[in-house]
Amino acid sequence: MQLGEGGCRAGSAKITMEHDDTSKERLDSLARAKWAELGGSAEGLKPAERLRIPSQPMPSQPADVRCKNMSEVALGYTETMARLEAARCLQCPAQPCVSGCPVELPIRDFVKAIAQGDFGGAIGLIKEKSLLPSVCGRVCPQEVQCQSQCTVGKALKDVGKAVAIGRLERFVADLERSSGKVEVPAVAASTGKRVAIVGSGPASLTCASDVRRAGHDVTVFEAFHKFGGVMVYGIPEFRLPKAIVESEVDTLRRMGVKFRSNMLIGRSYTVHSLLETEGYSAVFLGTGAGLPHFMGIEGENLVGVFSANEYLTRASLMRAYERGRAATLIAEARRVAVLGGGNVAMDAARTALRLGAEEVYLVYRRTEAEMPARREEVEHAREEGVQFHLLRNAKRVLGNERGQVIGLECLKYELGEPDASGRRSPVPIQGSEYVLDVDAVIVAIGNGSNPLLQQTTPGLEFNKRGNIIADERGATSIPGVFAGGDIVLGAATVILAMGQGRRAAAAINEYLGNCEC
Amino acid sequence: MSAKEQVDYKILHHEALSENVFMLRVYAPEVCRFRRPGQFVLVSVDNDYGERIPLTIADADEKEGSITLIFQRVGLTTTLLSELAVGDSLASVLGPLGQPTKIEKLGKVVCVGGGIGVAPMRPIAKAFKEAGNEVICILGARNRDLIILEDKIRSFADQVIICTDDGSAGRKALVTEPLKELCEAEDKPNLVVAIGPTIMMKFCSEAVRPTGVPIIVSLNTIMVDGTGMCGGCRVNVGGQTKFVCVDGPEFDGLQVDWDGMMSRMKAYSGQERKMLENHQCNLEKAAAELEARK
Repeated sequence: MQLGEGGCRAGSAKITMEHDDTSKERLDSLARAKWAELGGSAEGLKPAERLRIPSQPMPSQPADVRCKNMSEVALGYTETMARLEAARCLQCPAQPCVSGCPVELPIRDFVKAIAQGDFGGAIGLIKEKSLLPSVCGRVCPQEVQCQSQCTVGKALKDVGKAVAIGRLERFVADLERSSGKVEVPAVAASTGKRVAIVGSGPASLTCASDVRRAGHDVTVFEAFHKFGGVMVYGIPEFRLPKAIVESEVDTLRRMGVKFRSNMLIGRSYTVHSLLETEGYSAVFLGTGAGLPHFMGIEGENLVGVFSANEYLTRASLMRAYERGRAATLIAEARRVAVLGGGNVAMDAARTALRLGAEEVYLVYRRTEAEMPARREEVEHAREEGVQFHLLRNAKRVLGNERGQVIGLECLKYELGEPDASGRRSPVPIQGSEYVLDVDAVIVAIGNGSNPLLQQTTPGLEFNKRGNIIADERGATSIPGVFAGGDIVLGAATVILAMGQGRRAAAAINEYLGNCEC
Repeated sequence: MSAKEQVDYKILHHEALSENVFMLRVYAPEVCRFRRPGQFVLVSVDNDYGERIPLTIADADEKEGSITLIFQRVGLTTTLLSELAVGDSLASVLGPLGQPTKIEKLGKVVCVGGGIGVAPMRPIAKAFKEAGNEVICILGARNRDLIILEDKIRSFADQVIICTDDGSAGRKALVTEPLKELCEAEDKPNLVVAIGPTIMMKFCSEAVRPTGVPIIVSLNTIMVDGTGMCGGCRVNVGGQTKFVCVDGPEFDGLQVDWDGMMSRMKAYSGQERKMLENHQCNLEKAAAELEARK
């Protein structure tokens, strides 16, 4: 969908030739030529030959086009591109990539299946271990997980040239979904035992699936009117289309998982009442890290200062980008400062561009190397024209007499001596203040945990940061109550949350097998 | 619990209390079951393109499994709500939300309700009465037609004082006048609860400040999720940032940064007006088309 005319600066930024034509057609024709050169098969190639196959870039919308629409940026591989990319894999006996994956996907084997053109076999292998491959293929930080371990990347001395495992995962998952023949996992005979899952983000959905497969009766409680948690309220459409999340939720529905929207556990049913009076034998808490941190600086409550959660929820879940149609409004900001260097900061900055901001500044206290965001998101943000103010930090927000933001005073930093951990931490340069002329400030410096469960669940133990204390299998201080995802980890990633949901599900299934409930 | 994904939040009763004030009774059995005085809900009229707005729970009927919502038609969503009819359904009702009022026996409690603030004030006042307090209610409005729920308040309150701006009912005064008199009297109240327009709550707080009587106010800020996730509702209370949805909605009126809150509440007023004008424009177009077809 076309958005209003923004001031997207893409095109004026320095864009390398490699990015000039990222159309699917062109990249596919290059791949086809190479594939033909290889004789239409990757069988029997020597490692040196595999290393010579060029790494396949992701087809994507050109920066100057995509920053004016909400559609997905990355367009996905074609069959030939996928097989060619998979042919780069050396099939290492030690499978270092697998140890880099939080859910231990059989990466080497599914990549081999793709190289052979057995896409159905590949997705089957993935789904034995992962519930949400279309999601993970898009949002996992592969460059610090599986791909960081890849021998190909190491041999070519560039993690960016590792086998593109995430793109391959996405390719086979999308192929299955678009075929309309998504296989619904088998469910064991009913045990008659009921399990409540609180929250519907990645940890909860994974847990729901595994507990349901064991034959238990599963109900997912969600406070919002739509299911998917951060995958629907936080991650924007241009990075993770909502239809994908909806189809994953549908698969769970077809497995017989029940869903309840508009249910905030703690204010209606409580964890204790679910167990004691509502007939549930176990509860999984996957409520996420849902309390935005602010900087604690002057002017933070001015009109025009938003948490990234608010900005992205308005834009994504409430579809405020469809101005004139959506009843939920979003600031009509022309010049926006985003504070932070994570994926959420990138999402907010890129959303602001798409909503018509002329200038978007990303203010981050450290250097680009320390940014926790995925590499691809940082690159995409830069290509689209987000301006990085690195080694800078917000000092105060300036407002006018009507309480509206008119500027952001920043302080410059420099890297100091290495600390005990060997990291050079940023130290402020006294007197280096300067003012960014902005009319909106989006704070994306992380999330704490929502206090509601803590307030309403006596006996449930939390740490000082407000995260639930759980063992490695998700068991909490209350028997029958398990937890996982960001409410335990603090703000982390979709894949780590899924891993926790999976381990907790195993623990719940074992608990229900042994208990007299 | 029913097996349905979402309750059908059916409208069981719809009534105009005055030109711009409406009362809805909505089927929402779990909200009805768990709600306590002082709590609110977030409602939406469309799950794809709707907006989530906070409304306080004015009453509940346990037999029917319903809650009563009273609202003033001011923006797009309240206009759309006012246009619904019995048998229509709301898209979403999330609640109860917020911390319930701390009800205890204190002695004498004065409850001030301004405009539609009388609606959320009533269950709180009633609960204080049931806890054994002497309860005095002050109801304020611009004129007689805008005084709501007077009979219901009279049915339990020990004393009811009506104030109107034009003197068409009760005293021609702002609610702060009788409030000040009560708080300056020898037999001063142990607590004041004030709910109404922000400016009224601000002046009630200022009126009682010199008297030393504690005052609780119930804030109604802009919200998106209502569960503590967005921070859009944040307000400075006693020098600290608080979230109205999870820390409130009730706060010590003497500690609230009223001016900051009022400017935040106007954040979207320009855009809102445009949306509303569009909606009215479309309605007029539709009406004109109907007329033309005839």
